[in-house]
Amino acid sequence: MTQAATPVLDVTDLATRFDTQDGMVHAVNGVSFTLNRGEFLGVVGESGSGKSVTMMSLLRLIPIPPGQIVSGKAMFEGQDLLAMELEDLRSVRGGRIGFIFQDPLTSLNPVLTVGHQIMESLDIHTDIPEKERPDRAQQLLELVGIPAAKQRLDNFPHELSGGMRQRVMIAMALACSPRVIIADEPTTALDVTIQAQIIEIVKELRQRLGTAVIWITHDLGVVAGLADRVIVMYGGQIVEEATVSDLYSDPKHPYTRGLLGSVPRLDQKGLKLVNIKGQPPSLWERPASCSFAPRCPYAFDRCRAENPPLMDVGPGHKAACWWDVDNGRPR
Amino acid sequence: MGRYVIRRTLFAIPTLIVISLIIFAILDLAPGDPAANLPLTIPAEVREAIRESLGLNDPFLLQWLKWMRLMFINEPLHTIESIFNVCIGDCEARDRILSWSSRAPALDIIWQRMPQTLWVLGGAFIIGALIAIPVGIVSAYRQYSWFDNLGTFFSTIGFSVPTFFTGILAIIIFSVALGWFPSFYDTTLVVNSWDTFVLQVKQMIMPVVVLSLFNAAALARFTRASMLDNLNEDYVRTARSKGVGETKVVMVHVLRNSLIPVVTLLALQIPGIFGGAIITEQIFRINGIGQLLIAAIGQSDVPMVQTLTFIFAVLIVLFNLIADVTYGVLDPRIRYD
Ligand SMILES: Nc1ncnc2c1ncn2[C@@H]1O[C@H](COP(=O)(O)OP(=O)(O)OP(=O)(O)O)[C@@H](O)[C@H]1O
Ligand SMILES: [Mg+2]
Repeated sequence: MTQAATPVLDVTDLATRFDTQDGMVHAVNGVSFTLNRGEFLGVVGESGSGKSVTMMSLLRLIPIPPGQIVSGKAMFEGQDLLAMELEDLRSVRGGRIGFIFQDPLTSLNPVLTVGHQIMESLDIHTDIPEKERPDRAQQLLELVGIPAAKQRLDNFPHELSGGMRQRVMIAMALACSPRVIIADEPTTALDVTIQAQIIEIVKELRQRLGTAVIWITHDLGVVAGLADRVIVMYGGQIVEEATVSDLYSDPKHPYTRGLLGSVPRLDQKGLKLVNIKGQPPSLWERPASCSFAPRCPYAFDRCRAENPPLMDVGPGHKAACWWDVDNGRPR
Repeated sequence: MGRYVIRRTLFAIPTLIVISLIIFAILDLAPGDPAANLPLTIPAEVREAIRESLGLNDPFLLQWLKWMRLMFINEPLHTIESIFNVCIGDCEARDRILSWSSRAPALDIIWQRMPQTLWVLGGAFIIGALIAIPVGIVSAYRQYSWFDNLGTFFSTIGFSVPTFFTGILAIIIFSVALGWFPSFYDTTLVVNSWDTFVLQVKQMIMPVVVLSLFNAAALARFTRASMLDNLNEDYVRTARSKGVGETKVVMVHVLRNSLIPVVTLLALQIPGIFGGAIITEQIFRINGIGQLLIAAIGQSDVPMVQTLTFIFAVLIVLFNLIADVTYGVLDPRIRYD
């Protein structure tokens, strides 16, 4: 699927931390990945693994302070998102990169109408004249499958159901036909049928507009059905990266293995992340050793002394682990 | 919404009737006799006749009912007549609520005193709000900056030090020591030239500044807190993710949400202005309704006290209703039907 792999987004060594009252939270610790044109990239990992913070850091949407982006580059269309002026970043936000947030209930402004909130994007990023914006907004709502779209424009968010609100969020993210859509667990708050509908909508849009998608989720079933490639995050780091079929058939990192359970199967719908015994890593310090080591059945001396980088373990397959699971020996 | 307002208004009527009865009962229980202030040389029979003519010997409930009739029937009729310059029924001989001490209609005196109160207190209220809201917005947006810290410092002083202290301090410094401003308010001053205008401004400055500082302090804190609550909301992040500029993020997205409780608080504070008048007018010797109330209490002028207190009660009920309605207008999530 990634034949002509031209990257649209190339992230290297991204690190974000939060200076909180209790201490420094090292939420993202040296994350690097690329997103190719039109690609669907799945991001999985347990709660607190830094999925949201990673993606929000790219557009500097984390609260600063307490947050700070300590290192990294995010090349998008020849420019570094992390180094550009805020003014210039604004034309990227919502224009060429659309963001769909985790919680549709709180992510829309309660006192502004749905129409206002969609047309705001059109106002900022397009030269559609003001008179034609309502028509365009209506088209967008129809695109995401909202019935009676014209009337909906005048509704306030609380007048819509959760599923409808999430669709409005998607319509907002799509408003300016972005090159990249970042969707942060866009379907977790919704029931299964609506989830399926929304996934269909995104699939279709991707085909029609050639938009690349980053899809954060807990639901491995969704990833299996949609994604080209998957990133697995743990403790603010990427621990494994592979195509969907490689990841499911041949996971290389013990954490991924744990996540998928013993017998991962691609056809299994709604496969959820399995809980792994032990505590998630503390983020108070930047990891000096492998942060999964305390929970890892394969851990040996080196794991506790040195933090493994993301290494090539096969064609297009990377893992951050000192243990070679296939051969049963250290790498 | 319309139906809600009507329902609330209808509910307000029994409330106000009960309030007036309670005020009446309290005044009846209070010691003090309007006839006691009369010269001692007046013979006992005359004194008794005066008491009789004031209706003081009537039973409590009858006195109250009489007052109710005057307040709810005669006074409104009189007001309508004087506005439209007409005569309804027996307009010449119609009884009105009379002040016991001056024998003049209580409401006429109140209307005379009202402008002074409104100028100083209303001015202080508006200036206070105009200072407080922007200060609150900037303080929240630049939380813990030097501006915010300075704001915190002043507002802590502002609402922890009472106006009777800051007021007297201001008088001692600026009137007595420096002689910049007059120490009392000349109500008879008529503004008809530049010089009199300057005088008017000069005499208003101290009370308005002292009071608006006090009003602004609490309001600025409240605005700041409300802004801070909203600045961390998810929808703000959504707005930024669309590329909305910071000015618009704050002034459109955050402010609209933050002002909902602030405007409501403002509406609720308005009756409080009149309460505040009682103290401030005393300090700066402003001849407004606050002073009128204090004087009337001193003279056991029951009808005057009763009428003034009742007006305060009406204002409180009215502005509570206004606060609720504004809430509904500003917040689309609230529906009153
Ligand atoms: N504003 C903040 N202040 C302090 N710490 C934060 C803040 N935002 C996130 N964090 C911390 O950063 C870490 C990563 O959080 P993040 O939201 O990226 O996790 P996630 O992988 O998206 O989890 P979930 O699946 O629950 O959404 C967490 O430990 C979280 O507590
Ligand atoms: Mg998240």
